[in-house]
Amino acid sequence: MSLLEIRNLHVAIGGDEILKGIDLRVNPGEVHSIMGPNGSGKSTLAQVLSRREAYKVTEGEVRFNGKDLLVMKPEEAACEGVFMAFQYPVEIPGIGNTYFLRSALNAIRKYHGDDEVDAIDFLPMFREKLKLLEMDEKLMNRSVNEGFSGGEKKRNEILQMAVLEPKLAILDETDSGLDIDALRIVAKGVNAMRSPDRAMLVVTHYQRLLNHIVPDFVHVLVDGRIVRSGGPNLALELEEKGYGWIEGEARQAVSVSGY
Amino acid sequence: MTTAIQNVGTYLERFTEFQSRTRIEHLPWLHRLREDAFARFCATGFPTTHDEDWRFTNVAPIARTQFVLPPIGAVQISGADLQPWRMEEAAVELVFIDGQFAPELSMLDNAQRSIFVSGLEETLVKHPEQLEPHLGRYLDIRRDPFSALNTAFADDGAFVHVGRGAILEKPIHLLFVSRAYSVPTMIHPRNLLLFEEESQATVIEEYVSLGSSTMLCNSATELIAGDSATASHYMIEREHTEAFNISTLQIQQHRSANVASHSLLLGGGLVRNNVHPVLAGEGGECLISGLFIGDGGQHLDNYMYVEHASPHCSSRQFYNGILDGRAHGVFHGRIVVHKAAQKTDAKQTNRNLLLSDDAQIDTKPQLEIYADDVKCTHGATIGQIDADALFYLQSRGIDEMSARRILLLAFSGECLERMKPGPARDHAERLIRGHLLSIASRSPGQNDVSHGEPVAERSWEEVG
Ligand SMILES: Nc1ncnc2c1ncn2[C@@H]1O[C@H](COP(=O)(O)OP(=O)(O)OP(=O)(O)O)[C@@H](O)[C@H]1O
Ligand SMILES: [Mg+2]
Repeated sequence: MSLLEIRNLHVAIGGDEILKGIDLRVNPGEVHSIMGPNGSGKSTLAQVLSRREAYKVTEGEVRFNGKDLLVMKPEEAACEGVFMAFQYPVEIPGIGNTYFLRSALNAIRKYHGDDEVDAIDFLPMFREKLKLLEMDEKLMNRSVNEGFSGGEKKRNEILQMAVLEPKLAILDETDSGLDIDALRIVAKGVNAMRSPDRAMLVVTHYQRLLNHIVPDFVHVLVDGRIVRSGGPNLALELEEKGYGWIEGEARQAVSVSGY
Repeated sequence: MTTAIQNVGTYLERFTEFQSRTRIEHLPWLHRLREDAFARFCATGFPTTHDEDWRFTNVAPIARTQFVLPPIGAVQISGADLQPWRMEEAAVELVFIDGQFAPELSMLDNAQRSIFVSGLEETLVKHPEQLEPHLGRYLDIRRDPFSALNTAFADDGAFVHVGRGAILEKPIHLLFVSRAYSVPTMIHPRNLLLFEEESQATVIEEYVSLGSSTMLCNSATELIAGDSATASHYMIEREHTEAFNISTLQIQQHRSANVASHSLLLGGGLVRNNVHPVLAGEGGECLISGLFIGDGGQHLDNYMYVEHASPHCSSRQFYNGILDGRAHGVFHGRIVVHKAAQKTDAKQTNRNLLLSDDAQIDTKPQLEIYADDVKCTHGATIGQIDADALFYLQSRGIDEMSARRILLLAFSGECLERMKPGPARDHAERLIRGHLLSIASRSPGQNDVSHGEPVAERSWEEVG
């Protein structure tokens, strides 16, 4: 059984159709990359999967781990194992990072009937993950993302993912705005999370990140449709030729469906 | 302007009754104080919304109600009835039932000789000379009819005297409990808090109800902070929503005194919270911080009147409001800088969260500056729960209700952070947490903000 199974997904926001029939299957252990030009719908797909309400599904079906994902609230999807690293992480003044992350972990544990983790047990595990992301513990005493640099915010997303250990990690342009050193750290964190029972959906604009996080499959999203799927080489080809090439092709072959 | 009171006859009757039953007849100065105040009240009557200071708060429901004085005599309340309201960590706890001091229910410890705490009436009987120089000297009965009414009926409340250099770590808890009656009742608690030079203490005034019936609690507190004194004052309103609660905190600050006023309005139906500090001595510092949380049909009005009368003083006003249901909040912050008050540094911030479409806030700054070398800033924001933040928390597994609660707590946390760590702050935090639990559990209503757009937030900031 696939971990994630998307069938003919249509999504609209404010009456505009953004996703126009997406088909995608992701198995445990696989890393899929979604590439595509600005405004093609990559974030929309990520947000729908993490159940942002404002995005209305007008047609189609998404099953996660055999369950209907589209009836879930965001917190249920999270507890079931969906995690999205935000393209634009939110600053939340007044809520400490550590407190937030422990609350999240405990919410998920509670959902699964596990005991809550107290502050003392949480700390050693947390410190280990901080080290992996080369993050200063002092940052964690601050409010969530408040006053963080762009790179720190992105690393914080991966840190959260490392603590919450999801089944499906969706990285929405985690590479954008990172210098090469930060990119390496983020990639190291992500690669450390790769495992046979975890899948990843790596949304990116550029091929650069994929040098570090090598995907098993690459899909190209243009104007709300997956117009081409392939192996890692597809990313290289895109890098070379640009999206114009594939956009032109897409206009002719309307019904190319995904992998 | 104000209108003549509709039922002046009733108040005259009540005043005559009050005078005939008061235990203190032997003090001509007090007699005069009350008579003058009553005359003043009769001359002005209750304010109306034509009065600039009362523009957003209509007290007609108070004006047209015929209130009686609660019966005096044996208080039939057991200690167990008060258990939910007690504050374990308090150094001293004075309990007042319907405005009357109840020593048998209080926890008094006057062992520390530098600090004296007692009922006001008792002190008027035993040590009137301690009160005469201060009582009624600071509260301006000309500005506010409710202050006049309070003074006319002033007979009991708390007297706190913190002696020179005395330092009290634990708070003094003044618990005002009102009972339910079949007819509307009114009480006029009157407190005098005297902080001598270089003393330091915390006083918590807390208003609660046993049972629910129409009542008016019209309290007035005069707080005098001597040179270099450090005073913390908490006003906590937790009465039921049938209650009208008018409170006035009049602060007189001497040289280099440091006063913090924290208001926490959670209960009450129609609430008006007046805070009026006068920075009379040089180098004084005043923090006026508050949190008001309303829902249902609650009306919570915060009226600040900060008077800078001396040079080199600073004042900080921070009020946060959370309004749900049809609640109506008001923040009216007036700063007056007198001609002599050069180098004044005054700041005012009011931030509000509206959780429903029917909730309403009126926020109004008012600066009157007669000195030329001053720094005054004021600003206000009105917004909603940040939908992006809410989604962020939910996307990490935190359920919507908890996420809302966490965000409201964070917003309230700004006020908590301004309180000095200690039992008073812990007490406030417990109350806020409990209260927000009920607010957050309510359905979010039609309040969903569509994704992508920043949450609508009006704001303004000016520097004068
Ligand atoms: N909240 C919204 N309201 C209206 N339109 C939206 C909203 N969010 C996205 N869109 C539109 O949907 C389309 C797809 O946006 P989306 O953010 O999914 O693209 P993307 O592929 O992630 O782009 P980028 O590479 O810039 O991140 C765009 O045309 C965008 O303007
Ligand atoms: Mg995007």
